Amino acid sequence: MNALLAVIRRDLRLALRQGSDSMMVVAFFVLTVVLFPFGVGPESGILERVAAGVLWVTALLASMLSLDRLFQTDYEDGSLDLLTMAPMPLSVIVLGKVAAHWLTTGLPLILAAPVLAVLLNMNSEGFGVLIAAMAVGTPTLSLIGAVGAALVLGARRGGVLLSLLVLPLYIPVLIFGVSAIDAAVMGFEYRAQLLIMGAMLLVSLALCPWATGAALRQAVE
Amino acid sequence: MHRFANPNRFLKLANAILPWSNGVLVVSLLAGLALALVWSPGDYQQGDTVRIMYVHVPAAWMGMFAYVAMAVASAVALIWKHPLADLAGRATAPVGAAFTFVCLVTGALWGKPMWGTWWVWDARLTSMLILLFLYFGYMALHNAFDDPQRGAKAAAVLALVGVVNVPIIKFSVDWWNTLHQPASVVRMDGPAVDPSMLWPLLVMGLAFKAFYVSVVLLRIKAEIADAKIRALRMSEIHG
Amino acid sequence: MTVPEPSATAPVAPIAPAASSVFEGRGLTCIRGERVVFAGLDFTLAPGEALLLLGPNGSGKSSFLRLLAGLIRPAAGTLSWNGAPVRDDREEHGARSRYIGHLDAVKPVLSVAENIAFWVRTWSPETPDVPAAVQRGLGRFAIERLSDVPGKMLSAGQKRRVNLARLIAAPAPLWLLDEPTTALDKASIKVLEEAIAEHRAAGGMVALSTHSEIALPGARTFHMDEFAVDSASAWDALDAEWEAAKT
Repeated sequence: MNALLAVIRRDLRLALRQGSDSMMVVAFFVLTVVLFPFGVGPESGILERVAAGVLWVTALLASMLSLDRLFQTDYEDGSLDLLTMAPMPLSVIVLGKVAAHWLTTGLPLILAAPVLAVLLNMNSEGFGVLIAAMAVGTPTLSLIGAVGAALVLGARRGGVLLSLLVLPLYIPVLIFGVSAIDAAVMGFEYRAQLLIMGAMLLVSLALCPWATGAALRQAVE
Repeated sequence: MHRFANPNRFLKLANAILPWSNGVLVVSLLAGLALALVWSPGDYQQGDTVRIMYVHVPAAWMGMFAYVAMAVASAVALIWKHPLADLAGRATAPVGAAFTFVCLVTGALWGKPMWGTWWVWDARLTSMLILLFLYFGYMALHNAFDDPQRGAKAAAVLALVGVVNVPIIKFSVDWWNTLHQPASVVRMDGPAVDPSMLWPLLVMGLAFKAFYVSVVLLRIKAEIADAKIRALRMSEIHG
Repeated sequence: MTVPEPSATAPVAPIAPAASSVFEGRGLTCIRGERVVFAGLDFTLAPGEALLLLGPNGSGKSSFLRLLAGLIRPAAGTLSWNGAPVRDDREEHGARSRYIGHLDAVKPVLSVAENIAFWVRTWSPETPDVPAAVQRGLGRFAIERLSDVPGKMLSAGQKRRVNLARLIAAPAPLWLLDEPTTALDKASIKVLEEAIAEHRAAGGMVALSTHSEIALPGARTFHMDEFAVDSASAWDALDAEWEAAKT
């Protein structure tokens, strides 16, 4: 447990001092969402209809953007060798790193999302569910993404490859995230969607750190 | 070429199986095509276009089957470190991807006369499309490393992650589809299939399976030859 | 972070390998890429002993050390600690080994003390006073004054000393040092030699690879190129082992 906190603290400290990663992710998120009205036209009816989908698609692209750095620097400077040798399960270290990654990239997305929802004329009924869905969904994205980030360590064209590996696996989160918000906006029951997203979070919490650890061991071998 | 070290036994087995699978392939393909194209009736609604089904459905079966086979091979490779399992996974991926692609193309060709459009976001077609991307990811990861061993191991982990996800993706897409799709769309699983159509379908399924076995065995043989060449080169360099 | 003054009386952390502990390898074979780097290598390392690895580039010194660290799985053969196979308990093996590789794993934006403190916390979570342990490590390699300097401002030699300071700050019985003298000046090499001597005197074990001169009295020497094999015969040996494992 202490070790878990030590990893989180170290990665947060690294992120804060290196700065800009969180800002870049949020900037990407905002900018991409702002592009949509230019693409589909400024009529509030259309924007309102696509708002949930646009927010989720851009959010998952944004969270993927910073993923390839999750293990890359540790891999390059030799820290990863030492981390895999630490006297604790590698999945605990992975969990710590993913938690720090989520705090620095996922959390800012959640904070930015409601503002963008206003820009897209989303019905205010959906705001609460938007935040709730993102709060449950983005950690899942980080966990799944970690597996991909570990797999592409040392690969040629790692960044592009990462999106090919990870994006198809993001589809379930996208579907239920959008569906929950749409249901809330239209005044339907949305609990089922949130519960399913919670289930997906629990499953990935159980499996992804383990798979990531296996991938990391291969990468340092 | 680590530990494909002992391919001789496999090669013996493969050479014994290949004539049989080739034979089954030729016979069942000819019989299946004859049944499907000549002796089976047209559909009372769809006319002759229904015959696309005899390619489309077996391709879909094999697309899914090959992914599971790939995942099983990956699990064997990771857990028991069996050298041939790596090769089997690697050999299966492009074949499975090709089946999936055939399924999508025939789906589009079928969709045009049936639905009046090349593509419909039907739950099954969408799932197959995602499956195709999973295959692409596996193949890309396999080839992304300078060390083939590393590529094989990474791809094996990906295949396992993928196979856990496939049912979740399938379930999500079904859910999404029922929300968005008007109910009037003709579903492929409509009424129970008449025996006169079922038989050609099963024979074609057998032909596709035999094709898969033959091609995968050939590809594994090619991989072993390739590994031998690399080992020879290696010993030239390092003595 | 407040760092107390380093005191001369800081207790030397116990290494405490059991008197009987012995690190052994039998029939180790290593394959990198698709090349057999070495095959059939045996070694024994008892408390106080040292292993000196020599040989040209590519002869497998680094691979051997990574294998001892548990980072690489041997293609054949076993590693054991007191008779218990190492692969059965990776975490235990991590707790008793300290590996110094070619890369220094120094984060550019963390201060030297923060860099070391992190590894002390992950490797020896039981350490009662982390800052004191960090200072002990810095003191040993005479870099206390760098304590608050961020990693990015260090020279290569300073980074290497920060890396080595971890050995002292988070003590463990087995040191695996891959060309530790790289980038070090004569004085620092001297300090390293002393540290290794103290470590061995306290019952520690060392395996070390080098290109340059380093005094390692009484060490067993391995010329790694002697374990190189012609690939074809290595494959045959693996074939045999593989067949035997199946029956």
